[in-house]
Amino acid sequence: MPGGVLVFAEQRGGVLKRSSLEALSEGRRTADRLGRLLVALIAGDGIGRLADQAVAFGPDRLLLIDSPLLAAYSTEGYAAALGQAITHASAEIVLLACTAMGRDLAPRVAARFGAGLATDCVALMTEGGVFRARRPVYSGKAYATVEFSGSLAMATLRPNVFPAQERPPAACEIVRLELELPESAIRARVVRTELAEKKEIDVADASIIVSGGRGLKDPANFSLIRELAEALGGAVGASRAVVDAGWIEHAHQVGQTGKVVAPALYIACGISGAIQHLAGMSTSKVIVAINKDPDAPIFKAATYGIVGDLFAVIPKMIEEIRRLKAE
Amino acid sequence: MNIVVCVKQVPDTETRIRFGPDGRWIDESGVTFVVSPYDEFAVEEGIRIREARGGEVTVVGAGPERVGQALRTCLAMGVDRAIHIKDDAIERADSLTIARALATAIKAIPFDLILMGKYGVGTDNGQVGPMLALLLDIPQVCAVAKIEIGERVVTAHREIEGAIEIVEAPLPALLTAEKGLNEPRYPSLKGIMAAKKKPIDVRDLSFLGISLPAPGSQPIRWQKLEAPPGRGEGKIFRGDPGESAREVVRLLREEAKVI
Repeated sequence: MPGGVLVFAEQRGGVLKRSSLEALSEGRRTADRLGRLLVALIAGDGIGRLADQAVAFGPDRLLLIDSPLLAAYSTEGYAAALGQAITHASAEIVLLACTAMGRDLAPRVAARFGAGLATDCVALMTEGGVFRARRPVYSGKAYATVEFSGSLAMATLRPNVFPAQERPPAACEIVRLELELPESAIRARVVRTELAEKKEIDVADASIIVSGGRGLKDPANFSLIRELAEALGGAVGASRAVVDAGWIEHAHQVGQTGKVVAPALYIACGISGAIQHLAGMSTSKVIVAINKDPDAPIFKAATYGIVGDLFAVIPKMIEEIRRLKAE
Repeated sequence: MNIVVCVKQVPDTETRIRFGPDGRWIDESGVTFVVSPYDEFAVEEGIRIREARGGEVTVVGAGPERVGQALRTCLAMGVDRAIHIKDDAIERADSLTIARALATAIKAIPFDLILMGKYGVGTDNGQVGPMLALLLDIPQVCAVAKIEIGERVVTAHREIEGAIEIVEAPLPALLTAEKGLNEPRYPSLKGIMAAKKKPIDVRDLSFLGISLPAPGSQPIRWQKLEAPPGRGEGKIFRGDPGESAREVVRLLREEAKVI
């Protein structure tokens, strides 16, 4: 029997990541094209109630590994769970979301299985039954198509790039596996988790991001960015220049030495568009650029550009968005 | 405390990328190579830990002749010694092969802590760290912005989506560096002079007893490099700011349908 396509459906705090549902959907499409079974894995503590949500995205089989040892994420605990699932599914392809967890977990598991791993992929291809992946390299200045050899191929998928797609109800076999791991095998342990201040939406998770740069002139003017982000229900991003200047924490930085994001809507305010910034957001679906300088490189990436003073433009946008939302 | 820092030499981030003749790799002619920025954080952190607790920092890099310059830079920053895994083709090998070469070289020396960047800019894989940790059978903490060394234990702060995880691991352990960990120093003139006298051990793959897989049997390899897809012409508004703002909001709702 040919091996399956296995998707690691990431949960944190009992919530399935949206990017994992995207990975599940892409896994379904890949399995269909190759004529393989789609197997999903949910690992964690008390995760049984997440089964229905995962099943809606069309796996043929759902593996649940439920253990108090998996209550908090640990590389070694989750690597053991994913390893068991790979063996159980006779997986030939393993997909994960390219999140903090996926980036930590996938290479360790790939090394254990001698698998080829492509990280941060933006497309998966299956021409002629051959599985390939495409990923940005050199900070998005080039795209590499990668090919695999050997019995197992792994890929992590850039969030917000692959469409999540629920499926009509179909049969799904649910299999519970016991975690085969002594507690002592988990050496690196999370001892504490500190939530980001004020429950802000993280840029890595957001489907709308409003970013500010040097054009804001003063750190206090980030309030304008926050207000626009709030009106849209989005996250606040920033350029490297203002992070380096200490106007806002590094967690907000978008770009080569910050976070790589691909939201549905990215609004760059007073950001000139240095190559390092473009590297972090150029795969966003819709990009709006607001800048005084008509020659700013950001306009080359923009779907919509406004050449003008952001202090005049943004308040009008906020007003207009609020008016539309109130309708 | 014996600290090993793995560094990768990469094209400067400002480099314009041109493709080589086989279309699978970049044309390296005229490219300026530097220590990967995240690896610089790791080097700096290694030196700071040694300054606080004593011991030795060894830097390890794999690649052709030119990698010697990157190792010299690290020595000039204050690293004690360097190991150069010298091979013309290893940079094009898959991450697991590179991790195996590093693991073989590192196993021969005492270590309590291994540091490196969260990924090498360029290939942007972010795989060698966790793979090396697995091969050495030690715990890992990836993308850390703060490190505290205790008695045979390390505590590291790792940024995840919307939160920071504080992770504790027994030593030896491998940590990968995120931006914000520190501000790397520039080599001083004195450091540059001193670096000239510090040892770089050059090791080839046959010395390490490993060989690169044939290109067709690498678990993964680049088949083709392409220019990024174009985004097409955008709609640019240059008129009254208020009118432009209203029009763009309308387009976002009615044309792009994203709000």
